[in-house]
Amino acid sequence: MLNTGTLKVTTPSDREILLTRVFDAPRSLVFDAMTKPELLKRWYGCDGSSLVICEVDLRVGGTWRHVLRNPDGTEMGMRGVYREIARPERLVSTESFDDFPGEALATLVFVEDAGRTTFTNTLLYPSQQIRDAVIQSGMEHGAAEGFDRLAEVLAQAA
Amino acid sequence: MQPNSYKSQAADRLDATFAALADPTRRALLARLASGEASVTELAAPFAMSQAAISKHLKVLERAGLVSRGRDAQRRPRRVEAKPLDEATEWIESYRRSLERSFMRLDALLDDLQTPKKRRPTKR
Repeated sequence: MLNTGTLKVTTPSDREILLTRVFDAPRSLVFDAMTKPELLKRWYGCDGSSLVICEVDLRVGGTWRHVLRNPDGTEMGMRGVYREIARPERLVSTESFDDFPGEALATLVFVEDAGRTTFTNTLLYPSQQIRDAVIQSGMEHGAAEGFDRLAEVLAQAA
Repeated sequence: MQPNSYKSQAADRLDATFAALADPTRRALLARLASGEASVTELAAPFAMSQAAISKHLKVLERAGLVSRGRDAQRRPRRVEAKPLDEATEWIESYRRSLERSFMRLDALLDDLQTPKKRRPTKR
């Protein structure tokens, strides 16, 4: 099941990945749900995984830190620093995974129309190589067609 | 094996994979190998680089597990290995899926938060 859900993944430029998702709620609520730990803990992480650490210092220069613990005991940590805060329409922060190289700049934009919010998260990677590696790693298409396409992209990048 | 030690090994492998891919010569070598195995001499031919320099790049790719050596003892042909890339695949795809599942939960939460006042006209 790839891209059959409502989360859309596209690549607007060489170094970016764009996530788009519509929520049936006003943007101030969506914004809060993504920045208030007491709300974040109620939705972020599922299938038995839980947000064991959720720290948010919502001010420019403030840090955020999430740690998800999976049922098998493994943990996945993410962290970042807020760069720009304009509730409820825009939020910019750095974002990196403890177990994955490269720091992305995440620009979250919340556009409200008739009580519904179109949420976009533009992830800007430090280089095309890292972004391509992420994409070629199957973010959109899965492992199946991986190798041929990888060869193509590698050839273009080289 | 402890989950934690497995995790850090997997993380190290991912680091090695991405570090190995972050170089144009190594990407060119991988692209060449993706179309079939080749010896160091064959690999070096299109480059304005010594075989020693090419060997160095190949070593980085080998350490990352992206390239292995074939059986032929004379040619020592190199070939690509899919496993490290599959691991990267698995990791990011599971991230995307978990994000989508999280968003479904967020849908439910947003619905919950709005229930008492959902039908009220919004003042804007």
